[in-house]
Amino acid sequence: MVAKFDLNDDSVVVIIGTGAGGGVLANELAQKGVKVVALEAGGRYLPEDYVNDEWESFTQLAWLDARTTSGTWRVAKDFSGLPAWIVKAVGGTTTHWAGASIRFQDHEWKALTTYGAVEGASLLDWPIDAAEMAPWYDKAETKLGVTRTGDRAGLPGNNNYLVFEKGAKALGYKEVHTGRMAINSTDYDGRMACQQTGFCFQGCKWGAKWSAAYTDIPAGEATGNLEVRERSHAARILHDDTGKVTGVEYFDKDGNLQMQKARIVCVAGNTFESPRLLLNSASSMFPNGLANSSDQVGRNYMRHTTGSVYAIFDKPVRMWRGTTMAGIVQDEARHDPSRGFVGGYELETLSLGLPFMAAFLNPGGWGRSFTTALDHYENMAGMWIVGEDMPQATNRVTLSETKDQYGLPVANVHFDDHPNDVAMRNHAYKQGVAIYEAVGATRAFPTPPYPSTHNLGTNRMSERPEDGVCNKWGQTHDIANLFISDGSQFTTGAAENPTLTIVALAIRQADHIAKEMAAGTI
Amino acid sequence: MTKHDLRGLTRRQLLSRSLSAAGALAITGAGFIAAPNAAWAVEVTAITPEQMATLLQMARDIYPHDQVPDQYYAVAVKGYDSEDMKAMVAEGVAALDSAAQAAGHANYVSVGWEEDRVKLLQAMETTPFFQTIRSGLVTGLYNQKEVWPIFGYQGESFSQGGYIERGFNDIDWL
Repeated sequence: MVAKFDLNDDSVVVIIGTGAGGGVLANELAQKGVKVVALEAGGRYLPEDYVNDEWESFTQLAWLDARTTSGTWRVAKDFSGLPAWIVKAVGGTTTHWAGASIRFQDHEWKALTTYGAVEGASLLDWPIDAAEMAPWYDKAETKLGVTRTGDRAGLPGNNNYLVFEKGAKALGYKEVHTGRMAINSTDYDGRMACQQTGFCFQGCKWGAKWSAAYTDIPAGEATGNLEVRERSHAARILHDDTGKVTGVEYFDKDGNLQMQKARIVCVAGNTFESPRLLLNSASSMFPNGLANSSDQVGRNYMRHTTGSVYAIFDKPVRMWRGTTMAGIVQDEARHDPSRGFVGGYELETLSLGLPFMAAFLNPGGWGRSFTTALDHYENMAGMWIVGEDMPQATNRVTLSETKDQYGLPVANVHFDDHPNDVAMRNHAYKQGVAIYEAVGATRAFPTPPYPSTHNLGTNRMSERPEDGVCNKWGQTHDIANLFISDGSQFTTGAAENPTLTIVALAIRQADHIAKEMAAGTI
Repeated sequence: MTKHDLRGLTRRQLLSRSLSAAGALAITGAGFIAAPNAAWAVEVTAITPEQMATLLQMARDIYPHDQVPDQYYAVAVKGYDSEDMKAMVAEGVAALDSAAQAAGHANYVSVGWEEDRVKLLQAMETTPFFQTIRSGLVTGLYNQKEVWPIFGYQGESFSQGGYIERGFNDIDWL
C-alpha cells in the first residue's frame, strides 16, 4: 500500500522534513490525491521505541549533527554546539513537543500595527489575519484533539499544576487552567487517554499526545500517495534555467547521493535547516541561495523569550509526576506596554527529571548554592516562560565554516536578546517567583533559557517581496514552485507555543497547493 | 579487607556493594582506594590511587551532596583512570596540590574545610581540567539511576502504568 515513486518521476511534490509542518502537509496532500515524496533526515521511532530516560532518549531522538553558535545569548556559551533541542526523526519535533496548543491572539497577526515600530526590531504584520486563520485553526484543533476546544474536556491537574494554580490565583490571575493540550483527556482518534506518566518530552509511549509520527504519517502512507524516505538528508535543491525548482539532491541511508525530481518542493526542515538548505543551494543564477533576492533568508531568527522559574517548598511536590506542561496562566499574554515591553508572555507548568535538572538549572554552576537546590528536587515546582521576542535582522542563520558528515556547511545560529526580550523575561521571572512565594516557596530560581525548541522566522512571510522570503501561502516570492512549510515562515512569533499554528498553516497550504496544481498554475 | 581479598573482583562488584556509612577515603595499596569500613573500593590501573582520591574529593567539592555516599562519586570519576586521560589527570592534580601547598597545606585532600578547598577550585575554574571534571560529573553523577532515589526522583513510570492511579495529584499540603 505504501507508495514507491521513481527518482525520475517529476510529477511528485517533494517535502523536506516530516514534523508539524512537513508531516501534516504530506498527509493532507496525500489525502487529496497528490503524490508526495517526503525526505526525512532521521529514522522512524514509534511509541514502543521511546525511552523514558532523559539522556538515553536525547541520544535517540535529538538532532545532534553539528551546528555552531555566535552572539551574546547564554546558550552560545553553555551549549555552543547545541543551539536547539529539536528532533531528528520521522514526525520531527512532534515526538518531543509538550502538546501546548494555543491560537495566536488576534492582534498578534499584526505586530507592527499593534506595537508600532520598535527600535532595532524588524517587526512586520503577517500578510494574513485572525479571521482568515480561524477555520484552519478549527481543523488543526480537531486533528490534534486539543483539549478545551470543541467538546473536549481539559486534562486533570497534577501536583506541579496544583501548586502553580494556587499561587497564580492568589496573585489574582484569572486565566489559569490545565491548558489546551494535544494530549487526550479521553480516548480520541484511536489513541488512548493520558496516563499521567511524565516524559512528554521523550515521546509519549501511550500515544496519548499527538505526534505526526503515528498519526499523519501513517495516515498519509495508507492512501498510497505518500512515500517517506527515512535517513535521507537533503543536500541541495536544483533548478532549471527558467528559475523553477526541478528536484532535490539528498544523501540516502547509505550515504549515496540521489536526486529526486519534483514538480513542487516544500521545505520543512525547521528554522535552522530550511534556510541552511536554501543557502547551500546557491547557483550561478542564484548566487545568494534560493529564494533570497531579498537577502532575508536566514534573518529574523526568533526563539521566543523564554526562561524557567523553579522553586523549593518545605514539603514534597513531585513535579515530575504527570503531564509535563498541562498548566497555563494567560493573563500576561496581553499587549500592555505599561509593563515596560511590547507583546506578552504565557506561563506554563514544566518539569525536568533529575538528570536534566542538573544540566539545565544553572548550566556551568557548581558548589553548594547549586547542589542544595538539587537536594530538594522532590520539593520543587517548575514553570516555563514563553513570550513574543522581537525579530531582528542580525539574529540569523548563516553558513558556518564547520562542515557536517556529508561535507556540507552547517548552520551557524547567531542571537542577541533585544532589550524588549530582556524586559519581558525579567517581568516574567518576577511574576513567576511571586506565584510560588504566594504558596510558601522558601527559595526560587530564575533559570536561563534552554537550547531553543521554538525556532521561528528565518524564511518569513511578507506582503512585499523585499521584506521576506515567502507570501501568505508560504510560496517563495522568487520561485513559484518552491514553498516554505515550517515555522521558518513565521513573520512574528506571538506569545504562543507555535505547533498549532504550524499545523494550521500546513493544512491551509495543502489546500492551496492542491487547488493550484489542479488549476495548472504550478 | 586487604588488597588480596579484593583481587579478582570486577569493577562492578567493587562498586555495587551497599554502603551504610561513608567515611574518609583510605589508600589501601598500590592499586586501590577504599572506604575505611571496606564497604567498597576502586581499582586503578592507569592513574595512581592518590590521584583517584584527589579526583574523588574534587568531585565531592564540586557537587557536594552530603546524603550521597562516596561510591557514586567514585563511579562518576572512574572513567579518568585511562591511558587517554592520565596525563590530564596528573597535570591537573599536580596543579591542585601545588595550589594547596602555596596555601600552606600538604596537598589538596589534606585541606580540612570544604570552603578552603572550594577557594582552590575557584582559582582554577576556567581551566580545561576543571571544566572537564565538572561537566563530566553532570552526567556521570546525576545520570546514575542508583542515585535518583536519594533525591526522591522516581525515574520512568510507564512500566507501572504512569501515575494516573499512583499519586499524580496527591499533594496534601496546599
